[in-house]
Amino acid sequence: MKFKLTFWKVIFLVIMALGVYSTFIRYFYGLGAVSNMTDQFPWGLWIGFDCLCGVMLAAGGFCIVGAVYLFNVERLHSVVRPAVLTAFLGYLLFIVGLLFDLGRPWYIWHQLIYMNPHSVMFEVGMCVMAYTTVLFFEFLPNVFERFNLQAPIKWIKKIYPVLIIGGILLSTLHQSSLGSLYLIMPSKLHPFWYTPALPFLFFGSAIAVGLAMTIFESTQSAKAFGRHLELPVLVELGGALLVALWVNALLRFEDYFHRGLLGEIIKPSYEAYFLWLELALAFVIPITMLSFKKVRLSPGGLYLASVFTVLGFITNRLNIALIGFETYVGHHYLPKWTEFSVTLMIIAMGFALFGLAVKYLPIFPEERHAVTQRLRTETEPVVATPVLGHAGD
Amino acid sequence: MSNALLYDATMCIGCKQCEGACAQQNKLPYDDKVAAESVQSAHKYTVVLTKDDKFMRRLCMHCEHPACASVCPVGAFHKTKEGPVVYDVWKCIGCRYCMVACAFAQPKYEWQSLNPRVRKCIMCPDRVVAGKQTACAEICPTGATKFGERDDLIKEAQERIRQSPSTYLPRIYGLNEVGGTSVFILSGVKVEEYGYPASAKIGDTPMPEYTGRVMERIPDFIPVWTLVLGGIYWVSHRREEVAAAEADEKNGSAR
Repeated sequence: MKFKLTFWKVIFLVIMALGVYSTFIRYFYGLGAVSNMTDQFPWGLWIGFDCLCGVMLAAGGFCIVGAVYLFNVERLHSVVRPAVLTAFLGYLLFIVGLLFDLGRPWYIWHQLIYMNPHSVMFEVGMCVMAYTTVLFFEFLPNVFERFNLQAPIKWIKKIYPVLIIGGILLSTLHQSSLGSLYLIMPSKLHPFWYTPALPFLFFGSAIAVGLAMTIFESTQSAKAFGRHLELPVLVELGGALLVALWVNALLRFEDYFHRGLLGEIIKPSYEAYFLWLELALAFVIPITMLSFKKVRLSPGGLYLASVFTVLGFITNRLNIALIGFETYVGHHYLPKWTEFSVTLMIIAMGFALFGLAVKYLPIFPEERHAVTQRLRTETEPVVATPVLGHAGD
Repeated sequence: MSNALLYDATMCIGCKQCEGACAQQNKLPYDDKVAAESVQSAHKYTVVLTKDDKFMRRLCMHCEHPACASVCPVGAFHKTKEGPVVYDVWKCIGCRYCMVACAFAQPKYEWQSLNPRVRKCIMCPDRVVAGKQTACAEICPTGATKFGERDDLIKEAQERIRQSPSTYLPRIYGLNEVGGTSVFILSGVKVEEYGYPASAKIGDTPMPEYTGRVMERIPDFIPVWTLVLGGIYWVSHRREEVAAAEADEKNGSAR
């Protein structure tokens, strides 16, 4: 096999090289040398992006598994595997990120023996650990199929209901609990982002981003691996995304309304600028776009709307984790380049591992299967019909 | 029987002997350079601040319901029955949730260390358990920092305010803040001017309640949500089974 150096491969290698350097600084000179975190800003980019956003970006796994196996939306079957793969990689990389951020990562296993059930962090930790295990089992059939091992696939099929229900339960718990982490900081986090509704908002945004990420990665991998794009699937996801965005937007509005902040948020201020950016990216732009049927039916439009959604909610979580504390602390926090470089390395690893998995494992349905799927969907209306409406035919 | 510290800013002469005694007790370096530092850090658990010839001491408040203890995933902090909030470094994984959760921003971190610890005033627990007073209270030449039983100190603080209402602002900072602390501040000026969080801002609610309200629902939420999810799964797959069975029957009769 010949190794061809492409533009993206060069970028990847540069990111990895800088990342390795930063990793060296992190473990040989300490957190103080590698980051701009201080006693005033004990949580920086790694918590804000790698952890808060990482877990949100991996939410597609439980969203799609829930839709397909819980609600029997069979049309989405072809995106289950890529969604589970993204989630599995996402959680693995979340743990990698944690190993950078924790001051004493070599004691991470203490979580299992010195339990403090009052701690939200403890709950998040346990759920993430358990859910990563669930995702591992949901991912395993790919490997078994690759090596044509039928027996273990049967075993996993037997425990599948437990995996599905357990996975969704664990996801509900820790996706919302990531928001609960901040409930104990009412005097520190800016009122634009501190709200008792944080757990609900975090769960809601996880679903919206989970759907958006599934559109994003399907389009992206169609481009990258020259696969046929299954438009009806994307259209269905786009419709669901529009609903999820509306629900999220209403939740946010209700929250500001009840706390009497509607007048505050329209007044220009440092925090307001970031809030406007977040609201524009997460709600105004994608909702407007998806409201046009033309956009909702075009792969390019759906792709763009999902990118805006993802960027919007990333801004939201970074606002909560970083911007929302600046007024309390009294100064700004800008991550050091080595912090960015570690985060970039983790993202690059995600893309690379996804690429490798798609190359060597049966992640995407075989072409033959895809063709029948396409024929079937093309002859049917794209709007959701009761799954078993035609079951008795 | 819980102990506490009463710091009376009007009696403080700013000699900083408490800083030195604290450093010695906790085996921390202390010289003129450290003495000149006006911020708390991993090597300076307490600091005496100066502003317009008036002094103010800062140290861990040793909350009655400490946020640090409630948020720590491995339970590295706990409130002892003697009063001090102490830290077990051997449990700590370094997540720094205690630092972000503390309303008084007291836990500090050894950012330069390769095996960093969280550092804060631990109210000399060894001395307190042995029936002695804290190092800072013992050395204080004017009695500005006084160690004693919590209830006694509250009474004494109230008495001081009653006897010279012109000297003191009529409040004991720490009495009700975040559900009460084990460090009380008496002062003629607002403690907020020295970086203490405003009482109105942090409120009287014990910090653990904010997350506790959610956490206490989880034991109920898990079985209920499992049943709901299981129910949905059962219904949607039952319909599939029935449909499959019907289809089979149809095929069978057709054959």
